Amino acid sequence: MVGRIQTEALLEAASEGIDFDGLRLEEDVEGYLLETPERDRMLIDEDGLMDALEPIEAYVTNWAYWQRSVSGDGTARRAFLRWCEHAPIPDTEAANPTEEPLSVPERYDALRDGIDRTWGQLAITTRFVDLDEPDGERVYDCWHVDDADTDVADLEVYDEPRAAREIATTDADGRYRPLKTAPTLDSGWAFTGLSGSELLETVEYFYPATTANWHRERRGDLDVDHWLETATRQTGIYDVVDELPREAVEWMAEACCVDSQCLRRREWHYEEDDELDVPSGEGTFPCREPCSLVIAAARKWTDLESETETTYELELTRSELNQLSALIDAVADDRLEEIREADIYEGANRYRARYLRAKRFGEDGLDAREREH
Amino acid sequence: MQALVIAAHGSHLNPNASDPTYAHADAIRETGAFDEVREVFWKEEPHFREGIRTLEAEEVFVVPLFISEGYFTEQVIPRELRFEAWDPELWESDGTSASTVTLEATDVEKTIQYCGPVGTHDAMTDVIVKRAESTTGDPDVGDRFGLAVVGHGTERNDTSAEAIEYHARRIDDLDRFEAVEALYMDEEPEVDDVTDYFESEDIVVVPLFIADGYHTQEDIPEDMGLTDDYRLGWDVPAEVDGHRIWYTGAVGTEELVADVILERTADAGADLGDVIEAGRGDTPIVGD
Repeated sequence: MVGRIQTEALLEAASEGIDFDGLRLEEDVEGYLLETPERDRMLIDEDGLMDALEPIEAYVTNWAYWQRSVSGDGTARRAFLRWCEHAPIPDTEAANPTEEPLSVPERYDALRDGIDRTWGQLAITTRFVDLDEPDGERVYDCWHVDDADTDVADLEVYDEPRAAREIATTDADGRYRPLKTAPTLDSGWAFTGLSGSELLETVEYFYPATTANWHRERRGDLDVDHWLETATRQTGIYDVVDELPREAVEWMAEACCVDSQCLRRREWHYEEDDELDVPSGEGTFPCREPCSLVIAAARKWTDLESETETTYELELTRSELNQLSALIDAVADDRLEEIREADIYEGANRYRARYLRAKRFGEDGLDAREREH
Repeated sequence: MQALVIAAHGSHLNPNASDPTYAHADAIRETGAFDEVREVFWKEEPHFREGIRTLEAEEVFVVPLFISEGYFTEQVIPRELRFEAWDPELWESDGTSASTVTLEATDVEKTIQYCGPVGTHDAMTDVIVKRAESTTGDPDVGDRFGLAVVGHGTERNDTSAEAIEYHARRIDDLDRFEAVEALYMDEEPEVDDVTDYFESEDIVVVPLFIADGYHTQEDIPEDMGLTDDYRLGWDVPAEVDGHRIWYTGAVGTEELVADVILERTADAGADLGDVIEAGRGDTPIVGD
C-alpha cells in the first residue's frame, strides 16, 4: 500500500523530476507526467494522482525504500544491498555485462519469498518486512551456506551485528582464524531481520572490506597492488620479501591464495603484465594485494629459499617414499583429523608415521647423508 | 559525518591481541560520538590498507593504539594508509608530543586527521595512576608505595623509552608515590631488578603495553620473580625480596583508554558534543 508519507515525499521529489528503477514522474504545469515500463507516459492532474499511483504502488514503495530509507547514492552499501536483490546498480553495469538485473515487478514478486544471494560462505536473504501488505521496506537475514536447509529454530539467532566478530574468530574446532576469508567459517548461527546498514556491518565483521573492494571493482576502479609493488613497499623485518624468487611466488600463491584456502579472487599478479599460472579463483569478491599473512609467510619462504640445495642420500623403500608424500598431502589438505585411528592403510595414519619414525629417524630426524660429489 | 579509525597491531597467532582494540571501539560506539568506528590492524583484518575505504564519512580521525611514536606511527601506518605528503616532521613532535596533522590519502576522497598515539597522550598518565588504584583497591594509593612504569625498551627506534619516561616523570611530579621509576624489559634499568630501585615495601608495577600477551603475562612476571612458571599464575601482591609487588595487566586494557582515544580526536577537532565533559573525573567517559 502506498502510504501518505510516501506519497508526500514522492510529490516533493517530483518537483525535481524522478527517474528511478523504471518509475518516471515529473511535475508539469497541468499536473504530473507519470510513466513506468508497463504504462505509457500520461498526464494526470493532482486530484487523480492517488488513484493513478495505486496500481503502480510497487514502483512507489520501491522508490521510497531506496531513495528515503537506504539513500547513500554511489556508496558500496547501497550497491551491495541492490546486488542482494538483483536490482540494477548504476555505473557498474558496463563492467558486469553478464548479469541481468530484475525489474521492479519481478523483484517484488520474489521478495515475498525472499531473494537469496551467496557472499563467501554467507547466505543472505532479502525479504519484505510486511508480507501481507508490503510497504517496500526490506529486511535481511544472514546465515552460513551450510545451514541453508537448517530450521532457524535449530540455529543460534542473533540480531546484533557485532556478534559476527565472535563467530568469525574461530573455526568449528575452536582454532583461531587469522584470515577472515578462509573457507573455515563456523556454522550454526543466523542473523535475522537486519536493516540494510546492519547487514553491511555484519558482512564487514565476517569479511572485512570485501564490499568496498567489490564495489570498486564493479565501477572499474579497483586499485590492485601486484606482488612486486607490495613486496618492495615493505620495511623492517619484511624488507627482504621482494627477494623471493619469481617461481617461489608462484608456489606461494598455490599454497595460500587458491579457493581451497581463501575465498577472495586474486586479482594481483607478479607484476602488472606478468600473471601467475596459479588460478586466481572463483570468488565473488576480489583480493587487491597480497595480504599480511602472505607477507609474513613470504618472509619465511624468502629465508628458506636463500638456502642452497644439496643432494641427500637416505634409504627408503618405495612405499616409505610414497608415505612421505601421503604425509605431506594430509597436512597440506588439512586431512589429519579424518584419518581413522586404525586405518593402517593410510600413509598419514598416526601409527604408520610413528613406525616410520621408529625405523628411519636418527637423533635429528630422518637419517640422511649429504652426497659426496 | 565523522568517523573514527583505531589503528592497532593485532596478531596472526593470538586471537586475544585485538581484544582491547575492540573493547575500546565498542565503548566509543556506545557514546554515539562518531557516525562510524572502524578498527584496522597490521596483522588482522581489516588491514591498515583497506580500512578507510569502508567508511562513508568525509572526515576521518585516525588514532594509533600504540604506546609510543616510532616505527609504526611514523612509517608503517602513514605508508599503509597511503597518506599523501606525509613527513614525521609535520607532527613537530619532541618524541612524545605528536598531536595531530591534517592529511589526505591517495585512495579515498576524505580529510584525515592523523592523531598521535594513545600511549603518549597526557591523559595516559591518569590511566596509569588509575591502574595502580584499581590493582591495590585503594583510590588514594601512593603513601608508602613505589610505582614502576614498565616498557619494552629497545625497539626499531628509541622513542619507545621516551613515552615510558615521560609518564614516569609526570607521575613523579604529582608527589603522590614515594618513588616512581621507568623500567624496561631489555635495557637498563631492568624490570628484573625492580626491588633494587625501591625502598618502599609496596611497589605497584604497571606495564605500559597495549595488550596482554607474551610480554606482560609470561616474561615480566617471571623476570620479576612473581612466579617460577607463568602458567601457575602469581599473587597480587606477590612477595619478592621482602617487597610486595602489585603487578597489574597491560595498561592498554584499562577501560579509561577509550577516553584517551576520544581525547586524541577532540584535540584534533572532532565534534564530540558533551561526550567528554560528561565523563570528566574518575568515572570512565565510556565503558560501564
